Amino acid sequence: MQPAQKLLGADDVRRAITRIAHEIVERNRGVEDLVLVGLRTRGVPLAHRLQRTILECEGLPVPFGELDVTLYRDDLQSTALRALQSTQIPVDISGRRVILVDDVLYTGRTVRAALDALIDLGRPRGIQLVCLVDRGHRELPIRPDYVGKNLPTAPEDTVKVRLLETDGVDEVVLLSPAGAGARAEAGRD
Amino acid sequence: MIEQRPAPYTDVAPSAAVSAAAGGGPGRRRRHVLDLDDYAPAEIEEVLSTAEAMRGILARPIKKVPTLRGRTVVTLFYEASTRTRVSFEMAAKALGADTVNISASGSSVEKGESLLDTVRTLRALGADTVVMRHKSAGAPYLVASEINASVINAGDGWHAHPSQALLDLFTVRSHLGRLDGLKVVLLGDVLHSRVARSNLWGFTHMGAQVVLCGPPTLLPPASFGCDGLPWPATVEYRVDRALEGADVVMALRLQTERQAAGLLPSVREYVHQYGLTEERLAMAKPGALVMHPGPMNEGIEIDTAVARGVQSVIEEQVTNGVAVRMALLYLLSGLSADQARGA
Repeated sequence: MQPAQKLLGADDVRRAITRIAHEIVERNRGVEDLVLVGLRTRGVPLAHRLQRTILECEGLPVPFGELDVTLYRDDLQSTALRALQSTQIPVDISGRRVILVDDVLYTGRTVRAALDALIDLGRPRGIQLVCLVDRGHRELPIRPDYVGKNLPTAPEDTVKVRLLETDGVDEVVLLSPAGAGARAEAGRD
Repeated sequence: MIEQRPAPYTDVAPSAAVSAAAGGGPGRRRRHVLDLDDYAPAEIEEVLSTAEAMRGILARPIKKVPTLRGRTVVTLFYEASTRTRVSFEMAAKALGADTVNISASGSSVEKGESLLDTVRTLRALGADTVVMRHKSAGAPYLVASEINASVINAGDGWHAHPSQALLDLFTVRSHLGRLDGLKVVLLGDVLHSRVARSNLWGFTHMGAQVVLCGPPTLLPPASFGCDGLPWPATVEYRVDRALEGADVVMALRLQTERQAAGLLPSVREYVHQYGLTEERLAMAKPGALVMHPGPMNEGIEIDTAVARGVQSVIEEQVTNGVAVRMALLYLLSGLSADQARGA
């Protein structure tokens, strides 16, 4: 495997999150009715950081939840079984604006599953999508509302977001082909 | 895609099977659930944590996910059942599967169709998973070796009832926070109890100490009793000694027909010696959990006041049955990392 190419460093990640937090507040004219929902696994710490940043600048806590979309995926019959994690959203999402947070936006299939999962939980007033990295190659008509960084990639590439909470370091790296191990690890989320 | 496999076991170390579940390692996943004797602690842990997520789904307004859409789960019951059959059906439906229920009466079994022919017919009609109960121990193993579908043992003779044991483990852990180091007393008719046998494996795999208590005629004979068996359980004939320091007391159903077989002097005698009363429960640890796999004979193996008392989690066992069976159906439907690469 070729050495991993670093696309974003810790400072880039921090700045992107700070900017997105401000964009969320600006676009929604405040934080009333908002709820942040992180997609397992790495959307969760990202959503948490957005919550902290919004709290710092607006002084108001936005409710924060975690969503596991495994049971809604469309590739369960063709990929290895995933361990289920719990879904916890502390408020009723009906009538609220949900800010869905994921690390990498790629085919859009994970987000499709997340939309189905959210709608089973209630009838939100709206759903907006945050991703730290948009790497293109969408297979479904889904677009993000807030993007940390647009990164053109080849389909064979793997984009890996690493976060302090889950991986001990904040960075985004590009793993180019030939790394079979990396490929298996990649998933399409 | 589904390959024919005679053995119900994974052919790799269970830890590898579990890491496959996490999306990583090699190996195949278990295709059948026949008993807990060959489960590794990590595999039981996987079922329990998956059941925890499933319980979250059952708490929602819309208790349904599309995971098993297009799959068919058949319940094939040669013996009567309410809770097991209904909870498997509800579990399958909550995961979006189609369900078909067959009981021996009213089916071709009455015309003399053999078990294997019945199951082959079900497979030919498109069954992906067969949940079966049969009066003969080992029947699900025979079926698992013959047909190209997943088999879940919902009770075979006196032998095993793994989904019941898993829901018992789940219930105990959600109350006491752990299984390791607990003292669990299985009280009553252990000899005829498939629930006791599966629970024995489940609890000991998870590090609990199991004590079997009952009249000598209703415990496994000494020749294949616990001293000679690979069961790391102890036998205690006296209730007071068995219950001392117990964290969990599970009363087992006294099958009243046993009296006719001469195994008991009388039911009254049994109640007097072994019935779980409030007085006896007080010998266990304060707050010890009271369990019963059902159906109960209230006033015989368990006193009504105990069965409905504050320490009883009997109804919760039934409720948790759905989440645990959803977990089993989900885990059986999955592929290992190796299978996924080949797919």
